[in-house]
Amino acid sequence: MNLDFSDEQKQLRDQVRRFLAERCSPAAVRAILEGGERYDKKLYAGLAELGVLGAAIPEVYGGVGLGHLELCVVAEELGRVLAPVPVSSSIYLAAESLLLSGSQAQKTEWLPKLASGTAIGTFALAEGQGRARPDKIGCRVSGGKLSGTKLPVADGCDADFAIVLARDEQDKVSLYLVRLTGEGVSRQALESIDPTRGQARIVFDRAPAEVVGQPGDGWNIATQVLDRAAVLMAFEQLGGADRSLEMARDYALERMAFGRPIGSFQAIKHILADMYVSATLARSNCYYGAWALGSGAAELPVAAATARVSATTAFQHCSKNNIQVHGGMGFTWAFDCHLFYRRSNGLALALGSLSTWESQLIERMCAGNVETAA
Amino acid sequence: MDFEDTPEEAAFRLTVRAWIDANAPRHLEEELRRANFGSSGVASEDPIAAGKAWQKKKSEAGWACLHWPKEYGGGARTPIERVIWGQEEGPYGALSGPFVIGHGMCGPTVMTWATEEQKRTLLPPLASGEHIWCQLFSEPAGGSDLAGLRTRAVKADDGSGDWIINGQKIWTSGAQHSDWGLLITRTDPDVPKHKGLTMFFLSMKTPGVDVRPIKQANGASGFNEVYFTDVRIPDAQRLGAVGQGWEVSLTTLMNERLSIGSGMSTGFPELFRFCLDAEIDGRPAVEDASVRSKLAQFAVRQSGLKYTGMRAITALSKGETPGPENSIGKLVAGATMQDLAIYALDLQGQSGVLCDETSPQNGRFQAMLLRSPATRIEGGSDEILRNIIGERVLGLPGDIRVDKSVPFKDIPTSGQRKS
Repeated sequence: MNLDFSDEQKQLRDQVRRFLAERCSPAAVRAILEGGERYDKKLYAGLAELGVLGAAIPEVYGGVGLGHLELCVVAEELGRVLAPVPVSSSIYLAAESLLLSGSQAQKTEWLPKLASGTAIGTFALAEGQGRARPDKIGCRVSGGKLSGTKLPVADGCDADFAIVLARDEQDKVSLYLVRLTGEGVSRQALESIDPTRGQARIVFDRAPAEVVGQPGDGWNIATQVLDRAAVLMAFEQLGGADRSLEMARDYALERMAFGRPIGSFQAIKHILADMYVSATLARSNCYYGAWALGSGAAELPVAAATARVSATTAFQHCSKNNIQVHGGMGFTWAFDCHLFYRRSNGLALALGSLSTWESQLIERMCAGNVETAA
Repeated sequence: MDFEDTPEEAAFRLTVRAWIDANAPRHLEEELRRANFGSSGVASEDPIAAGKAWQKKKSEAGWACLHWPKEYGGGARTPIERVIWGQEEGPYGALSGPFVIGHGMCGPTVMTWATEEQKRTLLPPLASGEHIWCQLFSEPAGGSDLAGLRTRAVKADDGSGDWIINGQKIWTSGAQHSDWGLLITRTDPDVPKHKGLTMFFLSMKTPGVDVRPIKQANGASGFNEVYFTDVRIPDAQRLGAVGQGWEVSLTTLMNERLSIGSGMSTGFPELFRFCLDAEIDGRPAVEDASVRSKLAQFAVRQSGLKYTGMRAITALSKGETPGPENSIGKLVAGATMQDLAIYALDLQGQSGVLCDETSPQNGRFQAMLLRSPATRIEGGSDEILRNIIGERVLGLPGDIRVDKSVPFKDIPTSGQRKS
């Protein structure tokens, strides 16, 4: 029995944490929040240099060739500091899509660039309001050209290419790689509840598209990619939940009211205890997801949904109560609480909403067997 | 990360499995597996006798009280071996219910505070299941506020050194089956509450001890009131110094919270099975979106507890001490079970009100509904557990106390409030 990270993985965590303490201060996150750049380019280049972007990309494709457990460790640290960089789009989604089903040529062309941060990829699934479903995919590819609109696309204005779900000429959903810097693509930045992460509308008008994986297998591949990304993003959410709890705890120790630290009041203490409970449950569920992702277990669909639901719930719970414990100060622009509140609610929707994942979890448990429930 | 045993653990598991295969009361297995929630496990025979028989067999083969030293009847096994034993014992573990308090709490307290001679006399029959122990702590005036207890122990005025006990305990699990009890009393009401307590052990057959089962809110009677009327016990049955009872009690309570990897039930597997069978508008309940959302939230609490236990076992397996994460177990399991029971009845529609032969799973969810309020109170209420997490895990300051440095007799109590 070993449901913990190895000593080497913990060393990696310490190394990444030190790096981010220096390179991704709250001020750096605020610089993105306040406008100017859509993501922190220096930080992203630094992460590439450190080798963490390519942690799970094999050496033959320019990565470091560690593995997904190491990427989980990195994700948690990025989540703790709300790193304003396109790692989830470019690494958890685009790189994983190519690793899972890209052709040799696609992998050789793009993976080294993703690992080195010289190119950014993203994943374009949603087409507006509502829950994504195969029958709601309206983008079409005809004669190798993609037309239609995707929104929101995370990091869509900054990505060099997107992995796009679209219908082929047989009306089947397939996955396509589309360059976003070339002809037939127009992009528009969108406002969102979390300005520290970019969102875009992308209109394709006969943009050249090359198929990724088996034609007609797009929804299936996308599901597998989203499962992998869900585990990694759950670690980001876990990091954010833990940090929200720490901020609230520190404030409860320091803030005096009625002649005593507010953390001595049970009304505050019990809020913090409940935050600890949800973060602890999420951590344990995330480790389950990490095990399934790292070992390629057949249980990954259940484990990924479990980690995702638990971590989404925990981050939302911790970030909203972090504001509550801070009282009025927590609702000021100057305090960082809202950054975590924004990010938690943004991440809750990325990769599909909480209720979507809740539904998938139970569907998958039914498809598996009752034993999964025990 | 993996869920595999080390080679040593695997070898130990095989040894345990072979012994259990050869020795467990197989005729009870099915009944134990299907045992209804909150029941003692077996109904076809006397559960106490069945428990004692299994415990005796384990003891004779060296499988009793794996965490205790051998000289006191234990197995001197490592924590991880204890966990593996528990996994392999499976449903038969429920047979040991009557001994949980003795083995987990009273025994370790006796081991820490009694004389060597007392330990060698008292502990082996407790390990082997010959004797059952109970914990005489809570009182009508002191539950969460245990140190507010009022049962008095006074030195006899005949120079014998004996103590005379008068008072009342409540919520004593298994007192009606117990041979011995661990008893905390007040010996000095003139000093602050935590300083005037003294711990004893006594035979439950001592004259003046009167055990009365409590009819609980769910109709069952697992707990008791225990009355003490001029009960005389020798000074030799004192554990720790006079006035040191609070410190002694902490040994017991710390052991109470040390049950690692035990994975408390939330009822989720049962609810999931029910939702596979139940229908909403002619379709399986699990196909309904709102049902799925609810189930998913219960599912992640269940799995969160399961894998939290496995993280603790991982630490044990590496020879480390598990972190504080296990403190969330009962807090999560109790509240989840209650919410889950209410939801299961909701899915049953108007018939959810019934507990008869038509009730799904033999009325399991109705039984859960009626028993779960106790889970949120016993062994540390939800609120006490949140205080513990807040203060010991998160390092928050304790509440301001108005009773800490005041002589016990001057502390206001309900019913006799002082101005």
